This record gives sequence, structure tokens and C-alpha cells, in this order.
Amino acid sequence: MKILVCVSNVPDTTTKITFTDNNTQFNTNGVQFILNPYDEIALARAIELTDGGKGTVTVINIGEANTEATIRKALAIGATDAVRISAKPHDAWYVAYQIAQYVKSNPFDLILTGRESIDYNGSKVAGMLGELLDLPSVSIIKKLDAADTEATVEREIEGGKEVLTIPYPFVAGTAEGVAEPKIPNMRGIMSARTKPLTVVEPVEIKTFSEIISYETPAPRGQVKLIPADDTAKLVELLHTEARVI
Amino acid sequence: MSVLIYAENTGGKFKKSVFEAVSYARAIADQNNTSLTAVSIGNVDATELALLSKYGVNKVLNVSGDKLKEFVNQAYASVIAEAAKKEGSAVVVLSNTFSGRGLAPRIGIKLEAGVADGAVALPEQTGGSFKVKKTAFSGKAFATVELTSAIKVIALVPNSYKVVETGGTAQVEDFRVETKASDFKAMIKEIVRSTDKVSLPDAEIVVSGGRGLKGPENWGMIEELAELLGAATACSKPVSDAGWRPHSEHVGQTGIAVSPNLYIAVGISGAIQHLAGVSSSKVIVVINKDPEAPFFKVADYGIVGDAFEVLPKLITAVKEYKASA
Ligand SMILES: Cc1cc2nc3c(=O)[nH]c(=O)nc-3n(C[C@H](O)[C@H](O)[C@H](O)COP(=O)(O)OP(=O)(O)OC[C@H]3O[C@@H](n4cnc5c(N)ncnc54)[C@H](O)[C@@H]3O)c2cc1C
Ligand SMILES: Nc1ncnc2c1ncn2[C@@H]1O[C@H](COP(=O)(O)O)[C@@H](O)[C@H]1O
Repeated sequence: MKILVCVSNVPDTTTKITFTDNNTQFNTNGVQFILNPYDEIALARAIELTDGGKGTVTVINIGEANTEATIRKALAIGATDAVRISAKPHDAWYVAYQIAQYVKSNPFDLILTGRESIDYNGSKVAGMLGELLDLPSVSIIKKLDAADTEATVEREIEGGKEVLTIPYPFVAGTAEGVAEPKIPNMRGIMSARTKPLTVVEPVEIKTFSEIISYETPAPRGQVKLIPADDTAKLVELLHTEARVI
Repeated sequence: MSVLIYAENTGGKFKKSVFEAVSYARAIADQNNTSLTAVSIGNVDATELALLSKYGVNKVLNVSGDKLKEFVNQAYASVIAEAAKKEGSAVVVLSNTFSGRGLAPRIGIKLEAGVADGAVALPEQTGGSFKVKKTAFSGKAFATVELTSAIKVIALVPNSYKVVETGGTAQVEDFRVETKASDFKAMIKEIVRSTDKVSLPDAEIVVSGGRGLKGPENWGMIEELAELLGAATACSKPVSDAGWRPHSEHVGQTGIAVSPNLYIAVGISGAIQHLAGVSSSKVIVVINKDPEAPFFKVADYGIVGDAFEVLPKLITAVKEYKASA
């Protein structure tokens, strides 16, 4: 089985998010970038599914040269090879289009993404890829079992779950439950340096969305502390002051 | 032009998040002096469809039949895109639900439309520009995104726009779409829905527990409080990692982002990754025995105390409040 895992390079989860240039640019100063946590899950499952010579795992990233550390990490975890399409990932449409172009000339049996990138949280790349390649897509899966010609996936729905069977090839976005992220071992780290990483030039396309500014949530006022033995007071405040019950 | 809203049903019924999205779409239609059409897919009866007019829908396109009875991402996306073409819609609105997240990107490609996912406010339309505020960085920030395509797709976050009743009547039209076989490759084997519990993403109140509760055997208190308040239950990441609670309850940066009216956090420290997913809650209550717990810094109300003493008392207080109300 040939699996493609789409990986994005995102700010570490502990990052305090700030902006510069009059709130038009994300402040990357001092920010550490990591492999998107959901993509780690996709990668881990892809490695499990191809373990023991049952296939290959290619990772693909749309990014500038500074994403190579993240790509090498994916190789160290166990991907077979990597592709970087050398461009700024303008938006999900741009990313999906570039990946789709690549896949059209390099077909895969299964394409995995994370359920969302933790920076722009669009959950869009999987669906867009599916549409661009005319393949089924499931945006958020929490289980993936692979048989020879089809896979069984579990999809989350509000207040429950849905089980689907889908023939290959298809696109799915992975969430927790699909696999436990893998930590690279020494051998992985050593071999990552020599695994193939192909750099591809992007295709010029028109985009339809532009982030023009950012803001952070309004700070809350001082917390109102209520004595531990006066829970009735809390209930009263939630009713009369906050008006939420 | 017109505005199109996809009215997603859950087992034949519309949830509150649909009426929020309808109200939101109505306001966009008003901004543009145009009409609002809803498209409903699946077997929804006439009484339920008629509810849509209460919130300002002018016309309902009803797509029924066994083939489309259950959600099939690809096929539903095709139907909604066809409805948008038929109506000449310039804006297509969906709810940012699990299904909505599957549909919006596919519809975006079909209509060559820019997609604003995770929208939290009405678009700002000035001098021909169209800007939408959306969540970013897993709830740590908001981004305003300008959509420059002729058609725009917007997925609205549940509980971020108020339901507005406008009244009116809507004509219901049967709408038939030729579907392609290739749209039905994914086959549903099973659907499991727990109907007795409030679902987390669209809950108005959430009661959430962390590692401070010590073990799964102590979740009875969380569940009892949640049930009394008509709330959904949630937890921090280590709690679901340890298997005390299912992954579907884990909120935060790498879990579900929620924006309820009231979020009650019990025995949760308030790590930055947890706060990311809950900070857009309207009111936050924190119960923690450590007065220095970071969660208190972003709370509206707090009780410093032992959850094992405070929760039973809070449950009693809520019962008394409900009895007197
Ligand atoms: C990549 C990454 C992603 C992450 N994503 C998430 C995420 O999405 N969501 C998330 O929640 N976490 C996430 N985390 C984990 C996060 O960093 C914290 O470790 C986690 O939120 C802590 O959970 P907790 O507050 O339940 O436990 P703890 O930090 O152990 O806190 C327990 C709290 O309970 C209090 N307490 C103890 N006993 C009692 C008692 N008897 N009564 C009252 N209070 C009591 C303590 O004072 C303490 O404040 C992530 C971490 C990483 C590295
Ligand atoms: N720049 C990128 N390069 C490759 N894959 C990406 C990129 N950005 C996002 N993805 C993939 O798309 C998923 C969903 O991203 P998003 O639609 O931004 O939430 C991520 O989890 C990745 O798997």
C-alpha cells in the first residue's frame, strides 16, 4: 500500500500567540515550530499499516525551506521519503491544490491529513483534496482499519459515531484514537538524514482568501471568588448576574 | 443573487445550531437585500421544514429519498452545490459541525468559492469587500479573512450567533438532483447515537473534569451536575489519555473547541492547551483546590476548594435553585 501523509509545520502548543505590524502578522519571534499533532497521528497510523514491508509512507509538505526540520522529524519517525513543495502555504485551497497536482502524477492508495492544523484550524485540506481528486473524503476520523481493497473508518458525529467502509483510494483527516503518536528512535534519527527529500516547485494559482488582521480574545475581568461553603451564592450569581442558568 | 443555507438535520429534526445558522444567513441576506433559500437533505417532514420560515427562510428546497437519507459527504456536497447554482447563490452558509466541516471544503471547490470556516460573526461588507471573523490558533486568537471570490462559503461555529425569530412563511419545493454513482463510494455501516446525552459541540453548558478528580469512579458527580443543568460533560486531555473518559470528550487545543454560555471546570489546572479550546466560552467557573491554578486567571467565577466537598454542595444548591424556580 502506498500512503501519502500531508504534514504541516505549526507553532508549538505552548506558544503564546501574539501579532506584529498592527495585528496583521503572526509574531514568530521565539516561536518553536513542530509537526502538527494531528499529523503525527496520521503518520503513526500510516507507519503501522505499512509495517514489515507492506508498503511505503510518503510525507508531503507545502512550505519554505524552514519547514525541513519538521519534515526530517517525520522521516525520523519512520516515513519512507518526503516531498516539499517549495512555497508559502497561502491557504487551504492553495495547499490542497499543490498536493492534488502532485498526486495526479504520483498516485497513492490512501491519503491522510490531520483533522485540522492547530494554527488555522480549517479542517479544509482533506475535503478540498477529495474534491480536487474526485475521491471520497472523511474530514475527521477516530479509527482506521485497513483491509485489501477497502478500509473501515469511524467518524465522529455530534453525540455519537458513524462507521463507514470506503474503497481505496480516499482521503481522511485523523484525530485522536486512530493511533498513538510515535517518538523517533536513534536509528530513525540517523536514517532520516539520508532518506530522500524531493523539493518540487509550486504551480501558480489564483487564491480566494486573504487573512487581513488578527485579534486576541478580550481579556476577562478579575475572577469573582466565592467561598467554598457558599455554593448557593454561585448558583444565584450564575442566574441573576451572568444569566447563564 | 441569493443566500443559501444548508439546514442539516439530525434524525429528521433541526437542532438549535441550524436556527442560529439560518438567523445568521438571514442577516447576510438582509445586508444584501436579497432572499434566503434553505436546502434540506434527507427525510424531514413538513412540520419540521416549516420551522425554518420562523427564522426568515423564504424558500425551502427539499431533497428527499432513500438514497440521500443518511449523510454521504460527497453526494451531499454535490446536492448543495447544485442548489447554490440553481438559486444563483452568492453566499452559502453551513454550520461548522462535524458534517459541515466535511462539506464546506468540497462545496468551496465545486463553486470556486473562498471558504471561511469557523466563522464567529457576521461578514463585514464594505466597498465590495467581504470579510469574515473566524477562530484561529485553536481558540487562542481570531483572524479576519477576506474572501475575494464571486461566491463565498461560510461555516458558522455553533453558539456564536443568536437565534432571531422573524416570522414569515416559506414555500417548500421538491428539489431533484441527478447524483453520480461515484458520489456514493463511502458506505455507512452503522450509526451510533446516544440520544440521552447533550452533545458536546453544541452544548450551551459544559461541565468538565480534570485530573484533580483522581479517577473515573468519581465522574458520577460531574455527570449528576451536568444532568441537572442540561449540560454536556467534557474533560482535559490527560483524563481521556488515561481512558477515564472517551476521546470525544477531550477539549482543548488538540481536542474539541467549545464555546458554550457556561463552562464549569473542576480539578483542571488551566494549561495553555486546555484554555485554547475553552476560552471563547461566555462565562467560566473554576473549582480548584489550588488558589494559584492558572485557570483562575481566565475565570469569571471561582471557588477555591476541594472538588470532593464543593461538588456535592453545588449539586444540592442547583437542586434547590431548580426546586424554587
Ligand atoms: C502537544 C500537547 C497538546 C495538548 N493538548 C491539550 C488539550 O487539547 N487539552 C488539554 O486539556 N490538555 C492538553 N495538553 C495537556 C496540558 O498541557 C495539561 O497537561 C493538561 O491540560 C492538564 O490536565 P489537568 O488540568 O486535568 O491536570 P493537572 O495539570 O494535573 O491539574 C489538576 C488540577 O486539579 C487540581 N486538583 C487536584 N485535586 C483537587 C481536588 N481534590 N479538588 C479540586 N481541585 C483539585 C490541582 O490543583 C490542579 O490544578 C496538551 C499537551 C501537549 C504537550
Ligand atoms: N502546508 C501544508 N503542507 C502539507 N499539508 C498541510 C499543510 N497545511 C495543512 N496540511 C494538512 O491538512 C490538514 C488540515 O489542515 P487545515 O485544513 O489547515 O486545518 C493538516 O492536518 C495537514 O495534514
